[in-house]
Amino acid sequence: MDKENREEAAYYRSLTRNIIVIILVVSLTPMFLVSGIILYQYQDSHREKIFDHLGELVEKHKQNIDGFLTEKLNDIRFLARTFSFEELSDESFLEDRLNTLQREFGPVFVDLGVVNERGIQVAYSGPFRLGRALYSDAEWFKKALQREYFISDVFLGLRGLPHFIVAVRENWKGERWILRSTIDFVAFNTLVANIRVGRTGFAYIVNRKGEFQTQPLMDAAKCSSGFQDFLAAAKTSGQKMTMIKKCDETGKESLFVADFLKNGDWLLVYQQDAADAFADLKRAVRTTILINVLGGLAILTMALFLSKRVVRQIASADQEKQVVDEQIVETGKLASIGELAAGIAHEINNPVAIMVEEAGWIGDLLEEEEFKESENLDEFKRALSQINTQGKRCKEITSKLLTFARKTDSRITEVYINELLQEMVSLSSQRAKYGNVSISTDFEEGIPPIRVPQSELQQVFLNLINNSLDAMEKRGGVLSMKTRRHEGEIIVEVTDNGPGIPKANLSRIFDPFFTTKPVGKGTGLGLSICYGIINKMGGEIEVQSVVDVETTFRVRIPLSTGIREKKEASSSNVAP
Amino acid sequence: MAIAKVLLVDDEVPFVETMTKRLTKRDLEIYQAFSGSEALEKLDHERSIEVVILDVKMPGMDGIEALREIKKRFPLVEVVMLTGHATVETAIEGMKLGAYDYLMKPCDMDILMAKVDEAASRKRKQETKIIEARLKEITLRRT
Repeated sequence: MDKENREEAAYYRSLTRNIIVIILVVSLTPMFLVSGIILYQYQDSHREKIFDHLGELVEKHKQNIDGFLTEKLNDIRFLARTFSFEELSDESFLEDRLNTLQREFGPVFVDLGVVNERGIQVAYSGPFRLGRALYSDAEWFKKALQREYFISDVFLGLRGLPHFIVAVRENWKGERWILRSTIDFVAFNTLVANIRVGRTGFAYIVNRKGEFQTQPLMDAAKCSSGFQDFLAAAKTSGQKMTMIKKCDETGKESLFVADFLKNGDWLLVYQQDAADAFADLKRAVRTTILINVLGGLAILTMALFLSKRVVRQIASADQEKQVVDEQIVETGKLASIGELAAGIAHEINNPVAIMVEEAGWIGDLLEEEEFKESENLDEFKRALSQINTQGKRCKEITSKLLTFARKTDSRITEVYINELLQEMVSLSSQRAKYGNVSISTDFEEGIPPIRVPQSELQQVFLNLINNSLDAMEKRGGVLSMKTRRHEGEIIVEVTDNGPGIPKANLSRIFDPFFTTKPVGKGTGLGLSICYGIINKMGGEIEVQSVVDVETTFRVRIPLSTGIREKKEASSSNVAP
Repeated sequence: MAIAKVLLVDDEVPFVETMTKRLTKRDLEIYQAFSGSEALEKLDHERSIEVVILDVKMPGMDGIEALREIKKRFPLVEVVMLTGHATVETAIEGMKLGAYDYLMKPCDMDILMAKVDEAASRKRKQETKIIEARLKEITLRRT
């Protein structure tokens, strides 16, 4: 039994597990797939958007910076073309020009200087004392002599401050001379420093050698490998470049967007932490994961709950099936017991008949003269009459057994309700006696017969009587049965003064499988079968109960039941 | 002179023997048979048998079958059915087939005697009627 229970529990556990797995697979797979695909595509398009946006930003600033440089250069060129070497060599004139420039364009132009072919600054105007300075060895000077105009890299120079020079070369009397101006580094630097996106986005300019031309806001040197790659790549391409690279120094991923400016001399680099640049994406990923986790949890809960419920229902269905199976077995058992009883009844009848006849024969012989004088004659006669009485008792018992055996017979016959009830009462009388229950009957006379299957009606009343006897089993009591005729129907009342039925159970008492009897004692089918039988006859069965006072089952059967009678077969199953 | 000639049919030998003794003592002339077919043989040999007491439940040819056969071949012989347990159905069937009456085992000897007596006298009456009818016929033909 224990082993059986364990096996059953294991079976239901594996059933639960399977249902959970199926629900999880079926619901989670599409959820993860869909959210995964959507997230992947969103990530792709988001990256593209970010790079496009940053690309545009860099492009715009590149044009800005290029425009700034060109403008400054043109200003200086304009000066060099408009005025002669002689005029500009006059320092007071030069100062006037510088003042004009500063008035027009702000303090961008720091100073102006005129340098001859030999590198000697012949005139200077500006805040530093650089008059007659010698530039013949300066890098910028050498380069400026080679070209019509020149913009230098940022360098410290003689003044020891970061600056760069815009220079224009002109000829005067066969000799080259240069007009140069220093551009305010701070003003230039703001052009680049203004490029700020997010928390960590910033920009800077490097030259071909990788030297910073502006002051980077963050410590860009920490991740110099970023622009080094661009510079390396730039030898083959002058296009705008983007990339994501993990910094060896910080261990963080950074995003780089770069473009060349100043005819490829300088590289404008925009750098931002990938985590910062893709913060939106990260948020979306987090939200997706959160939704997936919550959804997963909800599905898991549902799976657990649903599977438990489904398995519970399956288990209860199994149990009901088992009860029905047991009921079928029980019915089969009853039927075979009935057959056995019928056989025994027939077999016993014959020997009893012989015994009675033999006794009769002895009685006959005792009538003869020779025994008349016997002193034990009366005793013989008493014994013979006792044998006769007991023989008749045997006959009654077998007769009852046969009645029981015919219970499964569902043929429709004329049934006199009072006779049938009387038969049921006599069948139950022994049990009632043991249970200390007295049975009282009050049958109205002259009730016409009804055409119903006798055995089924027997079953109904036997059931009601047995239920009442069960109810009074502990304390004993009175079982009263009444019949009366009322407007075309027969009313039978079976009343007991047992403990009664609680109100909560009254509405369910005819439900199949409803029982208050301990496990194994009742199947909960008896009253529901009674209900079905009476219903089929067009009648009704109802119950009234007052706890601890009395319980009455009232059965109404119409006199004309309207049951369709089957063509009866010859009495093959009922042997004499 | 016996009151009536009776054939007792039952497969239970002791029952038949005891009944024979008891009925003989009551001035009946008893013939015995222990099965349906044997009963038919007996009736064939002894045409003077008036009443058959027939058990319903017997191996082989049972009482109802035997009754049907008896009524077919010896329509004037009266049959009293004797059953271990009477059911309305078998009783009705027996009566339909022409049994005179039915009794339940173990039966009261007085009732049995009365039934046999009634059956025998009905048989005789019927025979007398038939004989009279035939006599009338013969007389009519002669005159």
